[in-house]
This record gives sequence, C-alpha cells and structure tokens, in this order.
Amino acid sequence: MEHFEPKIVCFACNWCTSAGADLAGTSRMEYQPNGIMIRVMCSSRIDPQHILWAFKKGADGVFIGGCHPDDCHYIDGNYNTLRRIKLLKKLLTDFGIEPERLRLEWVSAAEGKKFVMVMDDFIEQIRNMGPLRLSQEASA
Amino acid sequence: MSTQEKKDNISQEKENVEIPKKRKSKRIGIFVCHCGINIAGTVDVEKVAKTLSEHEGIIHAEDYVYMCSDPGQKKITDAIKEHNLDSVVVACCSPSLHESTFRNASKSAGLNPYQCEIANIREQCSWVHKDKDKATKKAIKIAKSIVEKVKRNESLEPISISVTKRALVIGGGISGIQAALDIANAGHEVILVERNPSIGGHMIQLSETFPTLDCSQCIMTPKMVEVSKHPNIKLMTYSEIQEISGYVGNFKAKILKKPRYVDPDKCTMCDECSKVCPVLVPNEFDENMTGRRAIYIPFPQAIPATYTLDINSCPGLMPIACGKCADVCEPNAIDFDMKPEIIEEEVGVIVAATGYDLYGLEKLGEYGAGKYPNVINGLQFERLLSASGPTKGQILRPSDHKVPKEVVFIQCAGSRDPELHNAYCSKICCMYTAKHAMLYKHHVPDGQAYIFYIDIRSGGKNYEEFVQRAIEQDDVLYLRGKVSKIFEENGTVKVWGVDTLTGKDIEIDADLVVLAVAMRPSKGADEIAKKLKIAQDKDGFLAEAHPKLRPVESITSGMFLAGAAQAPKDIPEAVAQASGAASKALAILSSDRLYHDPIVAKVDEETCSGCKICIPLCPYGARIYDEEKKIVVVNEVLCEGCGCCIAGCPSGAAQQRNFTDDQIYSMIDIIL
Ligand code: FES
Repeated sequence: MEHFEPKIVCFACNWCTSAGADLAGTSRMEYQPNGIMIRVMCSSRIDPQHILWAFKKGADGVFIGGCHPDDCHYIDGNYNTLRRIKLLKKLLTDFGIEPERLRLEWVSAAEGKKFVMVMDDFIEQIRNMGPLRLSQEASA
Repeated sequence: MSTQEKKDNISQEKENVEIPKKRKSKRIGIFVCHCGINIAGTVDVEKVAKTLSEHEGIIHAEDYVYMCSDPGQKKITDAIKEHNLDSVVVACCSPSLHESTFRNASKSAGLNPYQCEIANIREQCSWVHKDKDKATKKAIKIAKSIVEKVKRNESLEPISISVTKRALVIGGGISGIQAALDIANAGHEVILVERNPSIGGHMIQLSETFPTLDCSQCIMTPKMVEVSKHPNIKLMTYSEIQEISGYVGNFKAKILKKPRYVDPDKCTMCDECSKVCPVLVPNEFDENMTGRRAIYIPFPQAIPATYTLDINSCPGLMPIACGKCADVCEPNAIDFDMKPEIIEEEVGVIVAATGYDLYGLEKLGEYGAGKYPNVINGLQFERLLSASGPTKGQILRPSDHKVPKEVVFIQCAGSRDPELHNAYCSKICCMYTAKHAMLYKHHVPDGQAYIFYIDIRSGGKNYEEFVQRAIEQDDVLYLRGKVSKIFEENGTVKVWGVDTLTGKDIEIDADLVVLAVAMRPSKGADEIAKKLKIAQDKDGFLAEAHPKLRPVESITSGMFLAGAAQAPKDIPEAVAQASGAASKALAILSSDRLYHDPIVAKVDEETCSGCKICIPLCPYGARIYDEEKKIVVVNEVLCEGCGCCIAGCPSGAAQQRNFTDDQIYSMIDIIL
C-alpha cells in the first residue's frame, strides 16, 4: 500500500482554540503537521456545509475547535456549534462518510497541551482509518 | 427530505459558490519573516516566498529577517507604493502579536488596514514541527490560504458610534454613590436611580465599621449629602428601572418614578403627619425590630429629606378613608393625586450597583431563626448597636429587653453549605462577627461573647490584627465547630455544639444568638439582570466579563458592575470596584465617538427570504426583522462578529464581512 498522509482541515475559534494552538507553539510542543488551520472568530461561524465541502474536496478528516461550554467569547456560540456538529455527524453516514472523521473538541487558550494531544490523536486515528473514498454519487 | 434530495441540495448550494464572482484581480504582496531562526530554522522561508511568488494574484514576494522591525515594515510600505499593491499578506508569528503592527504599517502606505492579513507560520508551524520539508510545505499552504482569503477581503472602516455623555447608575448604596460621585466629579451628568425612598443602602444601617470602628453614618452621610447637592447628579429615589434599550454610547432608559404623595420641596420634616397616622407596619430600616407609620421617613438623615407615603400600607388615598396626615400637614406637602411617572433618559454608559440582601432568616430553621425572637441576624444586631437604632445603642434582646449576658455568634449561617444553602463564602462575616463580639464587649463588659466558626478568613489590611484584638483584648471566645442544635428553654436559647479542636461537647445557655447570615444578590437582581441583559453567575450575582482581567465590566459593552451586586464584598472593596467601574465608564464618556470592529454580519437583501432563523441565534439582539422590507437586517453596532447567524442562514443571504462563505470555501480548496 502506498504511504498515506491524511489531509486534515482544522477550524478553530480565534479566542480559545487558535490561542491554545499558539500556546502549543510558544511552549515549543510538537505535533504532526497534517492539519491546516482556518481561523474564524467563533466556532459557531462554521457551517456544516463548510465541512461537507472539505470532505468533498478531499479532506480525510475535519477538526473543529472551540471554547469550553460557557466560555465562548460570544456567550453561547459553541452550544450552537455542538448542536450543528451532532446533527451533521448523524447525516455523514448518509453521505458515506464515517462520523469519526469529524471531530469537535473544546480547547481553551490555556490548553496548548490538549491541542497537541487531540491533534496527534486525531491525525493518528485518520491515518488508521485510511483515506476517505467518496462514492461518485456523493462527491457529485 | 430524502438522502438523495439532501445531497442534491448540498451540491446545489456548492454550485452557487463555485461560480467565481467576477472581481477585478487584486495586486497582492507577500512578506515572509524569518524571525531570526525562529521561523527560518524549520521553514525554508526563501522557498515559501518563491513558491508564493508564482501563486495567482501575487505581484510581489520577499522574505526578511525581522519583518516587524522598522526596516522590515519599511519593506512593506515601500513595496505597497512601488508595486501599487492593494493587499498584503505577512507570513510571520500569530496575528495576536503583530496583526495591528502590520495593519498600521499598511495603513501608513495608504492601504485599508483590513486588506492586510497574517499567515501564522511560527506558533502554528515552525515552532511545532521539526521536519523542515514538511514544515515548509505546511507554511506554503497556510500562506496560500491567507492569500485566497485576502483576495476576497473588502476594505472596511471601523464602525463609529456617537456617545451620549451621561451615565446611569442603578442603586444608591455606597457603591452606586461612589460611582456616581466619581463620574459627576469628572464633569459628566449622572442619573442615580434608587428604588427605596432614600439613598444610603445597607451601609447607612451599620453601627461601626471594621477594622477601624469608625461610625458608619458619620462617614456615609457626607457622601449622601454630596450626592444630593452635586450639580451633575440627578437623583431619582423611589424609582425603578423599567426598560433599557440601545447599546453602548446610546442607551435609552425608562424609569418608573413611584408616587410618594409628598412633595419633597414642601415637606419640612415636622413629623406631624406620622404622629396622626393610625397605621403601624414593620420598619425595614430597623430590620423589622420596630414599627413605622404608613407615612414615614426611613431614618432622620434620609436623602432626599422628605416623608414618603407608603401606599401599600396606607388605608386609602381617598380623604374619606383616612386623610389624617393631609389634615395636619401645614405646608400642604401631601398630594393624594400624585401619579406614577415614566421618565425617559438617554445615557452612554450604565453602572449596575444593585447591592445585596441577607439570606432569609426563615430559611435557617435549623438555627431556630424566624422561630425564636432571640435569634437574630447580623444587620439586626447592627441596629441594636447603633446609637440611632431602636434601643438607642443599648444592647437589649428582643424578647424582654433585658441586657443579654451570654451571646453566641454563629458564622457561615447559610454560607459554605452547598447541600442546604449557598455554596459560596459570604466573605465579610468573619470580620463583622469579630466586630460584633468586640462591640458587644464594649457595651456589656461583664458579658461573654462566643463565636462558632469553621475557620477565620481575615485577609485584608489590618484585618487579622483586628481579629486578634477581639480575642486578646476583648476576651471573645472563639469555638471552632458547628452548632448541632438550638432550642428554647426557660427563656434562654440553648446552643449545643462541638468544639472540634478539643473534641468537647459544648452547651451554652444563650440570652441572644446572632447569625452571620449569607449575603444574596438583592431582591430584584434577577429582574434587573434581565432588563440590562447582563448575565448572572450560578448564585445570581451579576457576572463580570472576565473573572480576572475584566472584573468591573459586564459582557455587554458599556455596562459596568460595582459592589455586592457582583459578589459579596466589604466596604473598601465595594468602593474600589465602584471607582474602577466609574473610570471604565469615564473612558467611554471622554471619547466623542467609539469604534467597533467592522467584521460584522451583513445581509444580501435580494437573497434574504425573511425566514427569521437567524434572529434567535444572535446573542446580542443585533438581528432585527424589517417589517417593511420583509427581510432581516443587522444592527452593526450591536453585532460583535461571531458569525453564528451566518452559519445558520439557510439561503446564504447572511455573510460575515471578511469571513464570507466564499472566502472559507476558497481557503479549504487551496489547503486540500
Ligand atoms: S469564541 Fe470560541 S467557540 Fe465561540
């Protein structure tokens, strides 16, 4: 089997998860480089359509990071994110995508370590799952 | 919807997005920073610049050792001018560090600052990876994704808001008074609203204050008088907030002015009216230990200096019902025809200083509170100690007006008890109980004071010394332990407990028991929080914007918190927070205009179907249905730019400026 490097799109909110990822950097922690971050102001900016789009365009996994419950910079945006992601996970199977390819985590600005752990864990998990192969019909 | 339909729908939506909108192609410059070896050590910066220079839209690409240095910034400004760039990407450290640096530099070269974006290739790339090849590839992707974003960035101007240079302070206790005076002394008009007939709050009820034992009324009344005389303060007592609308700089308040049926300008405080009033009701100022008439003045130094007719206890306004007070009022100050009034005020900032109330004695049945007259709370004891109190400063127990010789003080009554009462520590009780015991000993030198405590929290300037003084000089007996049982027998209150330090059972035949009852948010705090749209914590206190870094601000911009409304605190802390809130408020009042980040939501009027799904998604009430246009519009001043409504919009009509769907899709495309 040819070598597989998972392609991962990461969405992170500006106030917690992106800051947490910055902290991982400032603390010189190390993790695998497969994820590329798209910073948005709040995790609730992420539309399920963005996630489907990423899968359609070839992402093997999509990661969403937001503030912990009750810590969202915009009061309760992350609760909306939670609801949307839960719902989308149910639908993913219909599209032939394993729901585990989508991961939502709460990572605070102080949790550089947690960011590194979930990043490595997620990348490893996707590596084990192998590339996402969408059916012709689903990627149409 | 069938699965197939869903899929169709989704690909349909995407089709719309995929058609590239015709836009004039931008001239973009990319600047890659080495950050010494911080980036260049793991990322091949030349390669990043070289690869990017071939990317569509890039007119100029260069790398430099320290982009944020003056020569580095000059490279950017020079390139903007020389190549006529209309967008800039700096691939460097996190935007939280130098976004403003580079936006300012771009601005100085004539670019709109929102045309400058940062690609974070240090914290999120060079510092977290070791393999240079992989890190370089990742840095290229990050940089390209930001280029794709900036290609679609709009030029934006900060949203500017005018400021009404007046403040509203809610609550006339020490915190509200302090905040009002600070703002008024800085030259701005203040409306101070108090729901009771007089300002003064709980502090004016106190006898002496720890740890200096200065008389509370002596230090409070001058401040109250200052408020009433201050040319910049409009005092509205016996008034309540009815409605607050608007936003920072431009709030509108509707204030209900309850009728007091006495004209303060005419009232000479001769007291003739209350002498003839036939009604006797409990006196709130004396914590219900005495009575007052239906027409009354809460206490002699009340501000405003006027009587008030309490309509809820008056037999009726019709002179036929009673009308005795009006008959004897020589200056004709009593006016039964007064009506409630709604006063509308416009203000730029609001300080909420709504204070506290004590946890209800009736909830502390296990201490016999509410059942035995000789079990009282701390504020009642303050009134007994006070020279202006019901006993003129003599300590007499309520049941038979005898001087109590054995007094038991119980700390943490209703506090630090997550199972039955409040989980939190009320913070001031250790100190005021020490003060109570000390003052009791000063009044009754041959009496004995006992204090049951869990532990003593005496953090504060000169606080620990004060507690030691109570123990050493005034022979107050501290007993570490909880009271297990309280019951009445032969006119004494039996207090059973255990001293956990000696393990001995303790039985005291007390003449008086004083409970250091928990502090609660004041009655009506829930309602006020709702009207102001200020969040409350789990205990109902008003929530600060950040527990450490923004302790005097609420999450709503332009609204500030002061005093015990936010958490239990003592007088110096309440005053400090009030001054803090005032200075934060003044920062707004001293600017002519406020500026707001313009990355807000917008609505495509053509596409919006008016489905209103977005309205409840907005935590700030910024989305409003326009009845005329039959679509939803955004109040840009209220919008904080989270983008939650955008993701919820089913038609794509909602977009966030510079975080549009188009931008996100194109970033995804380039990453993959
Ligand atoms: S700001 Fe982090 S999830 Fe909303």
